Amino acid sequence: MSDVVEKTLTALPSLLSLDSHPGSAKLSSTSKLGNLIRGITELTSKHEEEKLIQHELLAIKEQVSSPNTTMMKELMVRSIYCEMLGYEASFSYIHAIKLAQQGTVLEKRVGYLAVSLFLNESHELLLLLVNTVLKDLQSTNLIEVCMALTVVSQMFPKDMIPAILPLVEEKLNHPKEIIRRKAVLALYKFYLIAPNQVQHIHNKFRKALCDKDPGVMTASLHIYLQMIQENPEAYKDLTPSFVTILKQVVGGKLPMDFNYHTVPAPWLQIQLLRILSLLGKNDQSTSEVMYEVLDESLQRAEMNHNITYAILYECVKCIYTIHPKSDLLEKAAKCIGNFVLSPKINLKYLGLKALTYVVQQDPKLALQHQMTIIECLDHPDLIIKRETLELLFRITNGQNVTVIVEKMLEFLCISEDDHTTIDLVGKVAELAEKYPLKYNEWFIETMNTVFSLGGDMMQPDIPNSFLKLLSEGFDSVEEDRKLRLFAVNSYIPLLRGEPGKLPQRFLQVISWVLGEYSHLREDLEPAEVLSLLAKLLDMKNSSSETKSWVLMAMTKLCKGGADASVTQEVSETYSSSLDTVLRQRAHELQYLSQDPELRARVLPRGAKPETLEVDSSLSFLDRFVSEALAAGAAPYKPPHQRQEELDQSKALSLEPYGLSLPISMSSCSITDRQSPTLLSMSSGLSGDTLKLDGIKRVWGREGYLAQREPVEEAAQVEVPSPIQSPGRQGEGDSLHSQTPTQTPTPEPEQEKQQLASSLFVGLASQSSVSLMGKSEPMPQRFRRKAKGQGLGSSFIANEQISSSLISPPSAVDNLLCNNLLDSNNASELAEQTSQLSQSLTTANGTCHAEAELTESDTKGCNPALRRDNCVVAAGPGPHNDPGRLTEVCLDSYLPAELSGLSHSEIAPLCANQSLNLSACHVQKEDSLILVVFIMNSSESAIQQIRLVSITVGQYSLTVKRPAVHVEVVGTVSYQLPAGTSQSLQFSYKVPLTSFIRPFVVSTEEYGTMWLSFSHDTKQNLTLINDNQEPLTATLNALKKKLQLHVVEVIGMEGIVACRLLQDLPCLMHCRVNAGWLAVWLRSPVPDLPDCLIYHCQRALQSL
Amino acid sequence: MIKAILIFNNHGKPRLSKFYEHYNEDTEQQIIRETFHLVSKRDENVCNFLEGGMLIGGSDYKLIYRHYATLYFVFCVDSSESELGILDLIQVFVETLDKCFENVCELDLIFHVDKVHNILAEMVMGGMVLETNMNEIITQVDAQNKMEKSEFFPFFSFSLSLYRRLSFSLPGRTGRHRPVLQERPLVPYQL
Repeated sequence: MSDVVEKTLTALPSLLSLDSHPGSAKLSSTSKLGNLIRGITELTSKHEEEKLIQHELLAIKEQVSSPNTTMMKELMVRSIYCEMLGYEASFSYIHAIKLAQQGTVLEKRVGYLAVSLFLNESHELLLLLVNTVLKDLQSTNLIEVCMALTVVSQMFPKDMIPAILPLVEEKLNHPKEIIRRKAVLALYKFYLIAPNQVQHIHNKFRKALCDKDPGVMTASLHIYLQMIQENPEAYKDLTPSFVTILKQVVGGKLPMDFNYHTVPAPWLQIQLLRILSLLGKNDQSTSEVMYEVLDESLQRAEMNHNITYAILYECVKCIYTIHPKSDLLEKAAKCIGNFVLSPKINLKYLGLKALTYVVQQDPKLALQHQMTIIECLDHPDLIIKRETLELLFRITNGQNVTVIVEKMLEFLCISEDDHTTIDLVGKVAELAEKYPLKYNEWFIETMNTVFSLGGDMMQPDIPNSFLKLLSEGFDSVEEDRKLRLFAVNSYIPLLRGEPGKLPQRFLQVISWVLGEYSHLREDLEPAEVLSLLAKLLDMKNSSSETKSWVLMAMTKLCKGGADASVTQEVSETYSSSLDTVLRQRAHELQYLSQDPELRARVLPRGAKPETLEVDSSLSFLDRFVSEALAAGAAPYKPPHQRQEELDQSKALSLEPYGLSLPISMSSCSITDRQSPTLLSMSSGLSGDTLKLDGIKRVWGREGYLAQREPVEEAAQVEVPSPIQSPGRQGEGDSLHSQTPTQTPTPEPEQEKQQLASSLFVGLASQSSVSLMGKSEPMPQRFRRKAKGQGLGSSFIANEQISSSLISPPSAVDNLLCNNLLDSNNASELAEQTSQLSQSLTTANGTCHAEAELTESDTKGCNPALRRDNCVVAAGPGPHNDPGRLTEVCLDSYLPAELSGLSHSEIAPLCANQSLNLSACHVQKEDSLILVVFIMNSSESAIQQIRLVSITVGQYSLTVKRPAVHVEVVGTVSYQLPAGTSQSLQFSYKVPLTSFIRPFVVSTEEYGTMWLSFSHDTKQNLTLINDNQEPLTATLNALKKKLQLHVVEVIGMEGIVACRLLQDLPCLMHCRVNAGWLAVWLRSPVPDLPDCLIYHCQRALQSL
Repeated sequence: MIKAILIFNNHGKPRLSKFYEHYNEDTEQQIIRETFHLVSKRDENVCNFLEGGMLIGGSDYKLIYRHYATLYFVFCVDSSESELGILDLIQVFVETLDKCFENVCELDLIFHVDKVHNILAEMVMGGMVLETNMNEIITQVDAQNKMEKSEFFPFFSFSLSLYRRLSFSLPGRTGRHRPVLQERPLVPYQL
């Protein structure tokens, strides 16, 4: 065929010359593009192509800069062609901009096109385009306006948006529909890159949504989809509108133009369904609005064209996302069935995707289609296969994990795609680590396959957590020993075989395990292990990282004596290595092998890994640093800051010069004090104990507690007979048809069924359902710590409560007396309310916030005195309704010393027939007081008169370790007059912000503290943009919301300090950078910076 | 959002590349190569979706492609786009090209990169689907082309269509729903 082309190209000039008015210049230019393409056709090597294009570029460059070029358009097309092939034509960028600026409409179009292909939004030349865009937006020529809007939505410098925003906004009212539509999309683009700049035009988006032209409305849905994704709550009120729109579209109310293959506006429907599913998620009342229209869409979408399947798919996803409705779910499930069973492969793919999506909610659906799923496992299309594995991954439980992992490993063997391999290896490792007990051998073997298949691409935390698992072990010492021994046993033959083929990561794992545990195998001589390890060192492809792992292992193993020759040789070889790490390891090996005593101290056998204390702020270097600074060294800047400054110096400076000097000096004084945190972090890693901070903690020392139950169940897995699998009991029909009572099925069929029964085992049983999906096994940290239990102070009532003891509210007694209660009754009541023993515990997320219960004035130990001061019993008149009382008068029961302080809203905690609990918290300067109102609402105490009494307890809370929210859990035990004791549990949640207090420091103090704190976090926050200066506005808002203390604001930077009650400070450094507030928090307390940054975000969002 | 639209031929030569997100030049070329590598391996009777090229952004991203005669049309999208929706969008795009170029062939794409880009700009704007109605797209493109004619020009469109008429006898169009490009005369032009 290429000779036909040849003919064409040679024919071109002659054809052109037939043209009636061929300018000679044009002729030559045309043939030049032809020449170029022909030239490329004839080439055989990449190298030649390169030469040809370079030549071409030179020619273009020459022509383009000649003063009166008449064929700019053609030259641009040629540069576009070269750029597309990957050759840079940067000289033409400026000409493209010029062309867009000055050319005729036609040239302008090419100019704009070239600009949008050549440049990106951060390119500095783009600033030159701003004026052109401004001019064209105001043009009367519609085409020019369109071009300008198009280029704006492709890329526009963020800082320049305010300049053109009013013009684009104006276009929303343009009479031409196409202009309005493009303007909406341009605004969407602005919203994406600078959301706060378009905040004020949100109502215009609403107007666009109501536009009389459906096209404009469709365009506005892009914006709404995005905004609703970010904050569904804010747009709930629009749900009926979206439902109405969808109803009209589905009902065919749109003009025929919008039909595509007789389906009304399918893309619009898809968009609307996505929006609805976001709005209806976890919201019953909103979901109810949309049930009807969803049903209608399902019915209307007859299966006649691809695009209807697209709508159906979105419908199904929406139905499963929103609050469930049974008959819709049924229809959706049927739809999914149609997808999965479809012979069309694209639909099958989507069906599997849908199944994967819904299987967490409805595992039975997977059971229904098990045979199809099994067929898909053997599908020739890898993508389908992969999707099936993804689905199986979601339904893995303790009973089918072996089969599923086997299938995944099979797939891994044939997969060539790196991305898939990495992803799948991670999943296999996750599953293997989830269910290792009982399957020691299986676990080690699986991990071996993972390491050899995953190679060096897999995520680095896989080998780390594997080693951590091995070293920490489980509950039983014997099990641990077996597991380790098995690992050692499996590695030795690998090393004896061809270790050169194993990936580096695997070799590292092997050498670590051998170093630590090869002594467990008694028949194995250390000398042999040493020589196997030494072999690894000699291999050509061992990386130096692997070598240092091997050397470490040898150091652990060498005992002197017979091994000495090997170690001696090795250490001599590497002690002169150019790699300093290797050299250090070699020296260690040399010294430690000669000094067994020292070795035993440095590397004790079987030592539990201890956590390393790392001074990550490197404060011990401070003196050195200050001396160096005094000697004139440049202050250290962290890499990100250096990068920023580099970027800033490269970009055009848009700020006036006058201000810059003081700013830069002050910022310098702050950066002086920064320590190279990053560097110090890595320095902690060199030890032989694994440092695994920050790695997902799935395993504790006690093993995998949350999973223990199902794992024990897993003993059944090995039984292939479907009769014993619990899955059958839950889900009958499809499996029953395969019971052995039926005529024997052909061999492969039987295999499949067997596979099915082992894959879907345990799916329907309750216990395994909870295991499915991504739901993380309950991490250890959520286990309730009973720490605070002992602290609960209990106070036993003094039997002889007399009116004089409850004297402060003496009115109570008077009331009681006035109510003609005999003394007997009164004491009964007192008994009930006062025989309270309370205990408070906290059970909360990452921290064990210990509630120290101190009754406010407990200095004196006399119980009577205590009671007198802190518990107030009150019995108002009989006419009071207890319900109303809580709302109205609880305030008045606040202890007097607290009433002056601001307190949170009094919230009801819990209640039963006899007690009603409410609580609030009061922020004091140095503590947080939790006030619990205990109200007797029973009618039993006094027969005739309903009596309410209220007891107020107050507890001062402190926080030992911060968490985003602190939850206080407590129990009230009391005795009914009848003598039965009862208890009532309650919990109360306090945000961390209640514990935060401003921290007044000077800038100098701040500086010294900054250096000494080791826990830090960084994040970008949104800036508040009102009339004031954004930094000050944002800081003031934070100050108001979170009670921070603004230490100083210097130019674009600000430093802020706060503390957690009295003694736990947290420092905050803020910098305005590219429209964001870059915040850097430091504190001596772990987690405090993270928790605080969360609250900062929340505070700024709620504004 | 659509992240990139790529067209290349059976040999991996790029015919059009449009990125809606910024990558540097080398990455762009690498993406084109990798995408071609992924797509060209696929048989005819497998699904049109591919997951996760490493470069273009991992698991949230999808490649949705169609293969017509000598050309692959590949859209790289994130999870906010409907797979089947995009698949039909490619069809609309190709049908539109077909109408604008009267039986589009690979040559048209080579010599009229700018025109193809202009058509694309009427369909997809800044990564968002702007218009899905073929007639509407053609109306917009025509409006611009009219201007083009009034201003004078182009040899290419003339010469190539002339050339095509001379060298090939192409089957006539039978209507909008013709399964356009499978049975279609795309010139097997191989560079």
